Amino acid sequence: MSTGKRPGASIADSSLLNVDGISLRFGGLKALSNVGFSVRSGELFSVIGPNGAGKTSLLNCISGRYSPQEGRIAFDGQDITRLKPNKRAAAGIGRTFQNLALFHHMSVLDNIMVGRHHLLKNNLFTGAIYWIGGAQKEELEHRKAVEDVIDFLEIQHVRKATAGTLSYGLRKRVELARAVALQPKLILLDEPMAGMNLEEKEDMARYIVDLNEEWGMTIIMIEHDMGVVMDISHRVMVLDFGRKIAEGLPAEVLANPNVRKAYLGEEDLVVEDGPVLQAVSA
Amino acid sequence: MAIDTMRPCGDYRTSYRADQTIFDTRLTFAFIVGGIILLALAPLVLSNYYLSLMIQIGYLGIAALGLNILVGFSGQISIGHAVFFGFGGFASAFLAEHGVPVPIAIVLAGLWTTAVGLLFGLPATRVKGLYLAIATLAAQFILQDFFVRAAWFTGGSSGAVAAPFTILGFDMSGDTRYFYVVLVFVVVMYLFAANLMRTRDGRALIAVRDHYLSAEMMGVNLAKYRTMAFGISSFYAGIGGALYAHYIGYMSVEGLDILFSIQFLAMIIIGGLGSIMGSLLGTIFMVLLPELTGALAGILQGSAIDRALHLKDGITYMREMLIGATIILFLIFEPDGLAHRWKQIKAYWKLYPFSY
Repeated sequence: MSTGKRPGASIADSSLLNVDGISLRFGGLKALSNVGFSVRSGELFSVIGPNGAGKTSLLNCISGRYSPQEGRIAFDGQDITRLKPNKRAAAGIGRTFQNLALFHHMSVLDNIMVGRHHLLKNNLFTGAIYWIGGAQKEELEHRKAVEDVIDFLEIQHVRKATAGTLSYGLRKRVELARAVALQPKLILLDEPMAGMNLEEKEDMARYIVDLNEEWGMTIIMIEHDMGVVMDISHRVMVLDFGRKIAEGLPAEVLANPNVRKAYLGEEDLVVEDGPVLQAVSA
Repeated sequence: MAIDTMRPCGDYRTSYRADQTIFDTRLTFAFIVGGIILLALAPLVLSNYYLSLMIQIGYLGIAALGLNILVGFSGQISIGHAVFFGFGGFASAFLAEHGVPVPIAIVLAGLWTTAVGLLFGLPATRVKGLYLAIATLAAQFILQDFFVRAAWFTGGSSGAVAAPFTILGFDMSGDTRYFYVVLVFVVVMYLFAANLMRTRDGRALIAVRDHYLSAEMMGVNLAKYRTMAFGISSFYAGIGGALYAHYIGYMSVEGLDILFSIQFLAMIIIGGLGSIMGSLLGTIFMVLLPELTGALAGILQGSAIDRALHLKDGITYMREMLIGATIILFLIFEPDGLAHRWKQIKAYWKLYPFSY
C-alpha cells in the first residue's frame, strides 16, 4: 500500500489552491457545507465519497460553474470566488467532465486547439486574413504544442476524426488532452476512469501520474475506483452529504472509521484493511 | 479506425502548414481556381439573363453565409436576417448619396449593419433557442417599421436610389461588368469565413455551439462570442444587401419581409448548416428553384394538371409552397444538406468500386 509518497513528484510547501469553508445551497438542499482544504503545488489530491456527496459540486465551485454562498476560494494567491469561469481557465485551471463534454462535431485536433484559446492571440480580423498578419504562424506554433499533447496521450491515429464518432475511452482521453492543452497549473479531473475497462484504467492512471510528475501539474481528481485512488494519490479527502469527513494520506483515510461508515453504512465493522478495500472497490 | 478525411491514400503531410490548408488536396485547389477562372470567363459566353441569376446567387450567397455563421456555426437562430440585408442596402445607398465612393460605401455599410446587428444580438447573451428566435423576430419587425418611417435614411415608402458602382471613374454597372464585382466579393467573403473557421475565434464559435458549458471552462467568453456571431452575420448580410442595392440601382422596403428571412434560413438548411460551401449550394438551389418551377409550368402548359391548378396564375404561390415542401423534405431526408450529400458522393467515388 502506498504511503502517499511517490518518487518523482515534487510537492511544494506552499498551497496552490485554498478552499476556505465553502457552502453551496440549491434552494433548501445543502450540497456543500463548510468544506475547506488546501492543495499544495505539485500534489495529486483525490476527492472520494458516496454518490451525491457533493464531489462534483465542489469541482464546479472551483472551476466557476457554481458560486458558493459562503466561503472563499483562493488560487495561486488570487481570490477567485467570484471570478467568471472563462477567466479561471486563463488563470490556470483546467478540467474534464464526468459526463463527456467534447465538442462533438469538431475534429479531435480542433477540440484540443480550443484548449489553447486563452493562449492564442489571433482574433476575428487577423484570423480572416490568415496569411497576412501572423495568424497562420501562431496557429502552426500552437499546433506543435497540441501535437505534443496528442503524442503524450497516444491519440495520433484519431486526430482528424470527428470527436462524436470516437469510442468512450478515446473520448475520455481527448477530453483530458483538451484540458492539458490549456497548460493549466491545476487540473480538475471528474471521474477520469468511469466506465473504463481495466486496461484503459491502467493507461489513464499512467497518464495522470505522468501529468503530475513530468508535466508538473497539480491535480484534483474525483474517482470511485479505490484501488487507483489509493495507489496514485498523495492525499485523499472524503466527502459525505456535503461535509468533509476525512482528509489525509491514503492509508490514514482508509483506516478512518467515519469513512468506513460512510461507504458501508456499518457502525461496528471490525475487519482488516484488506477486505474493506476490496469491498469498497467492488 | 475510420477517419473521415477525403485525402487520397499515400498522400502524407510533412508539415503542419500543409495539413492546415482549406482545400484538402491539390486537385480540389485546382478545381476551385479553375472554377473561378471559368466563372471569370462566363460573361463572354453567357447571356445577361444567366449572368443576372449568377449575380443574384452571389449577393444572396454572401448574406446566406452570414446566416450560416450565426445558425450553423455558432448554434443560434435569427429569423430577421432579411432586415439586416435590407439595412446594408439602405446604408450603402445613403452613404453613396452623401458622396462616399460606392466600393467604400459597400464596406462601410457592412460595418454599419454590424453595429446594428450587435445591438439586436445583445439578447443572445441572455437567452437561447426559442426565446432568442422571438427576440430576432422583434428585430425583423422593428427594422421593417424603421425602414418605412425613417424617410431621411431610406426614402420612406418610395425607396432610395443607389448610385451605380464605379471604381476609379470606371463604370461597373450592367450585368456583364457587375458580375466581376460580385465575383470578387464572393471569393473574398468566402475566404474570410474559411479562414475564420480554422483560427481561434471561429473555433470558439463552434465550441459554443457544440457544448457551451465546456467552452466556457476552456476560457471562451460566452457572451462575447454569442454577440460576435450576430455581428459577423450582420456584416455579411450588410455586404450582400449593399451589393444588391447597387446592382438594382434602387432599394425599397418591399420584399424585406419575414418570408425573405425564412428563405435565407431555407438556403442554409438546404445547403447544409455549418458548412461554408453549403451556404453557396443552398443559395444556388433557392435561386434556381423558381426557374425550375417556371420551366415545369411551361412544360405542363395546357395539360390536365395546368387546367386543374391554374399554374399560370398560381405560380408564385406554388413557388412558396414548393420552398416549404423542400425545407421539410430536406429536414427529414438530408438534415445535413447538400454539402453532406456532396461529401457522400465524393466518398463513393473515392472508394469505388470497393466501398467497404
